[in-house]
Amino acid sequence: MSKALLYDATICIGCKQCEQACATENGLPYNDAIAREEKQSEHKYTAILTKGDKFMRRLCMNCQDPACASACPVAALRKTADGPVTYEEGRCMGCRYCMVACPFNVPKYEWQKVLPKVRKCTMCPTRVAAGKQTACAEICPTGATKFGMRDDLINEAQQRLHDNPGQYVKHIYGLNEVGGTSVLLLSSVPFEQFGYRADMQTEPMPLLTSRVLSKVPDVVMLGGVLLGGIWWITNRRADVDDAEGTGKLTFSAGTKPVPSGSKKRGSTE
Amino acid sequence: MTGLTETVKKQSKEDEDKKMRKSRFGFWSVVLWVVLALGAYSLILRFVKGLGASTNLSDEFPWGLWVGFKLFAVALAGGGFTLAAVVHIFNVKSYRPVLRPMILTAFLGYSAFICSLIIDLGRPYRVWHPMVMWNDHSVMFEIAWCVMFYTSVLALEFAPAVLERLQWRRANELLRGIMIPVVILGVVLSTLHQSSLGSLYLIVPGKLYPLWYSPLEPVFFFVSALCAGLAMTIFESWHSRKAFGKCLEQPLLNSLGRVLAVALSFYLTLRAIDMMHRGVFHLLALPRTETYLFLLEIALLLIPMFLLFQRSVHTHPTLLYFCSVLTLLGFITNRMNVAITGMEASSGTYYFPKWTELAITMSLVASAFAVFWLAVKYLPVFPAANENASLQAATVPVPPRDVATAIPELTHAR
Repeated sequence: MSKALLYDATICIGCKQCEQACATENGLPYNDAIAREEKQSEHKYTAILTKGDKFMRRLCMNCQDPACASACPVAALRKTADGPVTYEEGRCMGCRYCMVACPFNVPKYEWQKVLPKVRKCTMCPTRVAAGKQTACAEICPTGATKFGMRDDLINEAQQRLHDNPGQYVKHIYGLNEVGGTSVLLLSSVPFEQFGYRADMQTEPMPLLTSRVLSKVPDVVMLGGVLLGGIWWITNRRADVDDAEGTGKLTFSAGTKPVPSGSKKRGSTE
Repeated sequence: MTGLTETVKKQSKEDEDKKMRKSRFGFWSVVLWVVLALGAYSLILRFVKGLGASTNLSDEFPWGLWVGFKLFAVALAGGGFTLAAVVHIFNVKSYRPVLRPMILTAFLGYSAFICSLIIDLGRPYRVWHPMVMWNDHSVMFEIAWCVMFYTSVLALEFAPAVLERLQWRRANELLRGIMIPVVILGVVLSTLHQSSLGSLYLIVPGKLYPLWYSPLEPVFFFVSALCAGLAMTIFESWHSRKAFGKCLEQPLLNSLGRVLAVALSFYLTLRAIDMMHRGVFHLLALPRTETYLFLLEIALLLIPMFLLFQRSVHTHPTLLYFCSVLTLLGFITNRMNVAITGMEASSGTYYFPKWTELAITMSLVASAFAVFWLAVKYLPVFPAANENASLQAATVPVPPRDVATAIPELTHAR
């Protein structure tokens, strides 16, 4: 089974060390000014949001069945068996459909660069592949961000909800959203307050398009046969007309729509 | 035979037009050059400074005017496959005179699509990547392949006009032999492609405003491309008459108008049924930008539909043209609404294209017009017989085979 992250907002103290560790891991700049930017951007893959004494973390959800990976025409974005949704920048042509498709608005773009890349948290794929934790989970001093097997983390989250029902909103965000994500969230305040959509469907997003795309071969075959057949019929009719010298059966909008009875229609032009 | 006197009138009118034309062309060429100059500057800015400097796009609003333009450029190219099917597959020969201009329009529409795609891509030099890096789960991947194939098909479909001009008879014969499979391929590709532009938006429920988000989006895009294609045919015929004195016979245009009326009513009924099933009619009561622009879109389609059902309208060249303009504006509004208006509320930001985005888009439109104009001038796009003999062809029913020999193309393929 795949790895995942569990973020428990009730344990988070807002120290933002995860942000710094993330920046170091991904070779991004980090300073006080960047720390105050409480949103994801092309130079900040994860952000701790502050509302009074409440915190919430934003990062790529690394969906189980990601919309971005299904949308990408060149398969630059991929879901790995380990859990991370990775980005292969050498393939990306910059159509930005991933940004449009992502239900969490995660992928960001280097708008100011001449040759931009898509930027997002990729759940430290090399670390995870090497059996290590993600940088953010490793540094977290309180264990608010915890790395582990997804199934184990779900069990643990359910246990926490069960043990301290008053402390939490009774919901594990990411358990069922868009078919499940590799980032699971617990919070004491409704997730919408931090911009997590509550109306998220529980079916994986890619199903919305793959249902239609799966019909493409059918359309090609049936359409081809049907059109070829119609052509054969109509031209056969023309041949018959020619042979009989009538021209009556020819389907022709310019000549035909004058049924012998109605003079009204024919005479106006 | 009242029609004959009408042509005499038309002739004298055209003489007057010719006098007018010089000044009018002067004005339009100035407009063209100004637009192209601004476009060229914007283009340089885009490639030297990047997308950030040349657009108002952002992380919140990653797709803007250029995507909207791509959507409607392809929709307006819908006449290409519609008429190819009508003439070649359904064998309705009387529409043959419209075919070539529409194939040319479609080709230019798709070329404009490709140009704007190359400009819009973050890394344009990788535009070929979908050919070797596959992801068959991606709608965008399907679109990439369809555009590639269909643009080639359109080039093949238009090639006879070039070959006739060059008088390369053998190549033309050869092309004629494969034309039916090519046309069938083209129609199938268009069906896929037009609808898949709608499928692009299937993956954004909750992002695209519910007045537009629908599981039937691919069907809407396909049917509206048919309608837009018909409207484009009427539109072009009118302009060609103004500029070249070449146009379609009025009875043909009348019947196009009637078909358009029916097609529009089908499309609008489909939209209404879909909205009913999704229960979103109450949204029309909200005083929001989306509501107004949605109503504008529907009005621009509903008004021509009602007008075109009137006999006095679809037999009147100018009114018919007016209706085609409304319809085209309606579908342009529709595509813009899907691409921009409908995506704005959920993005939490306000997007209006930067002037450079507008300049590049307008240059693409202007270039398409200019290339069309040049093609009509130098290639046999409109049938030569049309200038004087059009009326005879219209009133005296010509046996289909005669038409076919007058305009050499593939009737004898079999």
